[in-house]
Amino acid sequence: MLEAHATRPAGAANAPAVSDCPTEVVSHVAVNAEYRHLVLRAGAPATLAEPGQFFHLLCPANGEDKPYLRRPMSTYRADPATGTVEFLYKVTGLGTRALTALASGDELNILGPLGVGFRLDPAWRTIVVLGRGVGLATLAPLAEAAHALGIAVTAILSARRADLVMSAERFAAIGAQVVPVLDSDGSSEPARVAALLDGLAEAGRADAVFTCGSNRLFRLAKDVAARRGIAGQVALEQQMACGLGMCFCCVRKFEVDGRLVDRRVCWDGPVFDLKEATSW
Amino acid sequence: MVKLAVDVGGLALANPVMPASGTFAEGLDRVFDLNRLGAFVTKTITQDFRAGNPVPRVCESAEGLLNSIGIPSKGLAHFIEHVVPFYARFSPPLVVSISAPTVDGFAAMARALTIPGVAGIEANISCPNIEEDGKSFAMEPRLTAQVTEALRRATSLPLWVKLTPNTGDIVAVARAAETGGADAVVVSNTILAMRIDTDTFRPKLGNVLGGLSGPAIKPIALRMVYQCAARLGIPIIGCGGIATAEDAVEYLLAGASAVQVGTTTFVRPTAMIGVIDGLAAFCRRRGIADVNNLVGAVADAGFDGQVAEAAS
Repeated sequence: MLEAHATRPAGAANAPAVSDCPTEVVSHVAVNAEYRHLVLRAGAPATLAEPGQFFHLLCPANGEDKPYLRRPMSTYRADPATGTVEFLYKVTGLGTRALTALASGDELNILGPLGVGFRLDPAWRTIVVLGRGVGLATLAPLAEAAHALGIAVTAILSARRADLVMSAERFAAIGAQVVPVLDSDGSSEPARVAALLDGLAEAGRADAVFTCGSNRLFRLAKDVAARRGIAGQVALEQQMACGLGMCFCCVRKFEVDGRLVDRRVCWDGPVFDLKEATSW
Repeated sequence: MVKLAVDVGGLALANPVMPASGTFAEGLDRVFDLNRLGAFVTKTITQDFRAGNPVPRVCESAEGLLNSIGIPSKGLAHFIEHVVPFYARFSPPLVVSISAPTVDGFAAMARALTIPGVAGIEANISCPNIEEDGKSFAMEPRLTAQVTEALRRATSLPLWVKLTPNTGDIVAVARAAETGGADAVVVSNTILAMRIDTDTFRPKLGNVLGGLSGPAIKPIALRMVYQCAARLGIPIIGCGGIATAEDAVEYLLAGASAVQVGTTTFVRPTAMIGVIDGLAAFCRRRGIADVNNLVGAVADAGFDGQVAEAAS
């Protein structure tokens, strides 16, 4: 559980199936000025996605926007009981712009679940999740999985303004201590967030730290975790083509045994050990 | 029952559909039964470890994709120890794509891979992402002949040579490969290309230049297959922008004996299965008993475009 992240053995017998499957849009709404929430009706194995795993979305053409490649998107929620898979995303380019046209009843092909998700050690009593923007969407299912294992969660939610804090209610619903930190009042300053994280570690309330969505938060989490000797994981993003480890376009640099090595975000990750991941 | 089995340069395939090198790996095993494929063609490997090119390594284009991946490779020893055994559990023959900076390097790799578990060699003498300015052996007939002759001496395995469209005379290069001892040619690799970001004025690929693939290039590669088919005695494997069974039929009609599906697999991982099933359905629908009957069956008699002359 706590070992350095290992590359998955080729053709592991326990590898989950991946399906290239049509889904139906249940709802698709803007949650604030920047983010949209997409709910899809899907079957297994899509609904069995684990926290930190992602899907590769075949965004349909929308007027002049004709994305050729799929777009990777982390799972906001996957629930076999309701038969739904959810995404929370920000419109940032061609692919997400094309997605905005989807309406209830439309079809969307998604490939997944893909990649290696977060790992939770049942021996942990309390963890900290630290995210910003869409990164919080990735961390929400992790917090719920931790809660299910009886692990307490502190959620430090970073945003530009109070109205852009994402998913606070989902973290609150599992009894997480929710700590919004904002650019608007300076509380999101790295030094202040680091002090907050340090304080939690000092108080024995950070057996592990998880982060996603911000390079600054990643750096301070890595630093605090290293100093305090606590475990940590980061969910990374990278431009992808295939999503299945075939094309080698989504590599990032990792520090392994004092050397920098390339790993594929889609196949070896997208969740990596904080010790090995490097700044982007 | 339509007969789909083909023989491609000494290799018997259950059907004429296989992956294009660089667009296939173990990960696809999670999506469909790999035993459905006509053959496996690996991502190109090199003798030693190669890191590959700087990111970004891909960018989109209309109906296609530019890549400058640059052949990251864990090296030959890792491949023989870990990858060859992985594919031993499947029935399709394993064709190993190789690259090297020199003629002798190509020969040494082919020799080292002439081992049980490897059914054939595909010599990638056409990658635009390894040498400076997108150059490759397959841009010139003379270099193609040299490297093919050395490969031929080095291995008794079926030898396929993958050609580049980035040459002024694809037919001359293909004939050089044939004369040099190739059992088949793959037509073709990606088209050297580039894109520039108009916000930043920077090239969209970390390597500046890259190879264009996908449906956008299909008519060009198809034309090259057609030109080569008129002048070659060895089989041609068509490769370039195949997304559907109809695309594959076009290549067969132009003269290809088999096809490789590449970039489309990135978008639709089950595309090769669609092409196999679609080929069988096409033949049934048209009353064609054997897929080999489509090979070179383009009805071009009476057309004036004298392709072979134009190319030579």
